[in-house]
Amino acid sequence: MKIFATYNIKGGVGKTSTAVNMGYLAARDGYRVLLWDLDPQGAASYLFRIRPRVKGGGKALIKGTRPMDDAIKGTDFDHLDLLPADFTYRNLDLVLDSAKKPARRLASLLAPLRAEYDVIILDCPPSISLLSESVLHAADLLLVPLIPTTLSVRTLDQLTDFISDFSGHRPKILAFFSMIDRRKRLHQEIARDLPRERPEFAATVIPALSVIERMSVERAPVTAFSPRSQAARAYTELWQEAKERAGLSPAPAES
Amino acid sequence: MPDTAAVRQPGAAPLAGVTAWPARRPASPAPRRRAAPRRRAPARPRVQRVPPPEPPGLSLPGDSGFTLQAGPRRAALRRTWLDTFDWRLYRAGLTLEQVTGRGTAELRLTGRDGTLLAAEQLRAPGRRASQTPRWPALIAALPPGLLADELAPVIGVRALLPVARATSVLREQRALNADDKTIARVTADEMTVTPAAPPARPAPPAAAAEAAAPVTLPARLTVIPVRGYQAQAARLESLLAGLPGVLPAGRPALEAALAAAGRRAGDYTGRIDVELTPGMPAAAAIAAVMAALLDTLEANVPGTMRDVDTEFLHDLRVAVRRTRTALKLTGQVLPGGARGEFRPEFKWLGDLTTPTRDLDVYLLGLPGMTAGLVGAEPGDLEPFGEQLARQRARAQRDLVRGLRSARFQRLRRDWRTALTQATAAARRKPTAARLAAGAIADAHQRVLADGMAITPASPATSLHELRKRCKELRYLLEIFASLHPPGTAWRAVKELKSLQDCLGEFQDTDVQRAELRAFATTMMAQRQVPATTLLAMGEIAAGLARRQRQARTQFDALFRDFAAPAGQARFQPLTRPATG
Repeated sequence: MKIFATYNIKGGVGKTSTAVNMGYLAARDGYRVLLWDLDPQGAASYLFRIRPRVKGGGKALIKGTRPMDDAIKGTDFDHLDLLPADFTYRNLDLVLDSAKKPARRLASLLAPLRAEYDVIILDCPPSISLLSESVLHAADLLLVPLIPTTLSVRTLDQLTDFISDFSGHRPKILAFFSMIDRRKRLHQEIARDLPRERPEFAATVIPALSVIERMSVERAPVTAFSPRSQAARAYTELWQEAKERAGLSPAPAES
Repeated sequence: MPDTAAVRQPGAAPLAGVTAWPARRPASPAPRRRAAPRRRAPARPRVQRVPPPEPPGLSLPGDSGFTLQAGPRRAALRRTWLDTFDWRLYRAGLTLEQVTGRGTAELRLTGRDGTLLAAEQLRAPGRRASQTPRWPALIAALPPGLLADELAPVIGVRALLPVARATSVLREQRALNADDKTIARVTADEMTVTPAAPPARPAPPAAAAEAAAPVTLPARLTVIPVRGYQAQAARLESLLAGLPGVLPAGRPALEAALAAAGRRAGDYTGRIDVELTPGMPAAAAIAAVMAALLDTLEANVPGTMRDVDTEFLHDLRVAVRRTRTALKLTGQVLPGGARGEFRPEFKWLGDLTTPTRDLDVYLLGLPGMTAGLVGAEPGDLEPFGEQLARQRARAQRDLVRGLRSARFQRLRRDWRTALTQATAAARRKPTAARLAAGAIADAHQRVLADGMAITPASPATSLHELRKRCKELRYLLEIFASLHPPGTAWRAVKELKSLQDCLGEFQDTDVQRAELRAFATTMMAQRQVPATTLLAMGEIAAGLARRQRQARTQFDALFRDFAAPAGQARFQPLTRPATG
């Protein structure tokens, strides 16, 4: 089992779109996938038409008083399940703070799901917090969407420094440019140059396309409702890179 | 595994199925018109393919909170259910099904609750060779693996044969809730049943014609909840079950397919399945038992003639022997000269079947005998095995000729007529209870007298004769079992069984030794036997002699037990007329 997390300190950079499409593509490949919508806004849950509610809230899950199994919902797609968001997730930092080894809590909660899933994707809220630290410790690969600006790249540096201080398990990073506007010269330059200089960057970029915004209308991944679109092709290429970077074994359907 | 498990989600179990749409038979073909004179009839297409009609979709009430969205039509699957003629899998709570799709074929063994126990891929896309056996087939025709290992102890020497055939067209619908979220997958399995094998018991002509036509069954709906939506799926299922024309499915697909083909699982048993009452006229009781035995005999004729497996002949012979016993010991109640007329005919039939059965017993026991060889190599016996097989093939040809003969057809016809007449002409006295008690008491006394007369100096023939008396007693106990409280007759049969087994071992080894000598002589005369084979046969003969001596030694103790007061007590209630 490999754990992927979409993470960025900033909001609105395409984390949820990435998580949802990666989840769909992994399931389409034949992997058994669980997507955990950790963002109390519940965008990923909304996109899969699943109500953002967990009985007992985030506290019950983190404390282990409610089995994760009970809260998991099947999406409309084979092999793809979702652990929905809940508004109480906004207080997860407090809950984690009172737990033992809070930074490792998420990893230990996910460990029992190893037998049931091949891929777990954590869709994180935009923040630097105890929750994000716990996510960074649990993940095998961080998918970091970045808007092509100098400030964004600085944020990536901060993240890389922060992870390099971890003792033991450190997640790999796959940064990629998201919401690229082909009309903006700066976007084009940064998206062209940085992947050549920085090994953690993916070759794939995700363009800013209206079809991606339509996901909230269709309430489905763009890779599902418009599989031949430019956006779907970009996400598919990104998934290929993510799989390779994470060292994911072939799915039963592929092997 | 349920029919629709292909769409099962991880962790999701199907809810109980419901059935929709009434059953229908394909419309009868229009009467063919004669072509007008001098007008050429239009060329008929070589293959006419008529797509099956689409079933009407289900529609839920608008206020139900759910909608159904049609999914893709699936390719048709050909389904063949397999079992032994005597339903050994069904009786063991197992179902074996061969599912054939485009380029694929699989055997699936499931338990009574639908749990998949073992599966074997017989053909896969891209794989040229198919391992699909030609049914009927013995266990050896199956590819080695878990499935064969599971089946072998249950079916033993019996062949697997198709008991029902159907084609299934699966259609999936998604059930959506008010958020347009899929909460369950509803799979409709529309099965068209085609006749597979004739029922074991003869059906009236009209029913047989009905059963021979393909029948499209009501679609079987299976609701498979999406994970986390079990409660909503259960609500949906009760809504579907409440729709007009929708019936709870309940029974497994095999039973539905069998019912459509005019059959039921377990419709053949080697037991005498006739309920007698103590006060019924003895002639009517005996005629009813003999008619059931004739049914069993006739049910086993096709399998015997086609040599499907050795048990067809075995069951046929048992039916003949039971008939002969009933004729000999109770046939005096039949009107006219029926007993005198038919006893020689059934003796002829019994004798006709003996050579093949004896060789069957030999061939079935050969692997065991070969495994027990000490001095010789198993391969040394191959020429002997081949000789046995050749001889059996000849005996089988003679048997088939006899079963095709006018004499056998006449015997069946005349015997059934005689039984019908016996029922019609039956007098009130004696009663079945009195006839049974007298016959059992006499047979029991004969076993005791013959057994007590046996001494260490008695020849083998005395033990053979005693074995026949034991068989007669046992058949009477089985024939009249229904006159007594449940278990009474079976306790006496159990008492008799160990004695019978011992006598059977004594006689079988005696016969086999004699046959072995005859085989050796024949093979020597034909100059086609290697010395190593003769040596191995000698070792087998020595083993048979040892077994025969052991059986003879055991006999004394077993008969003492049988004749002891405790053993006799089991027969007492059966030698007095039953009351009911």
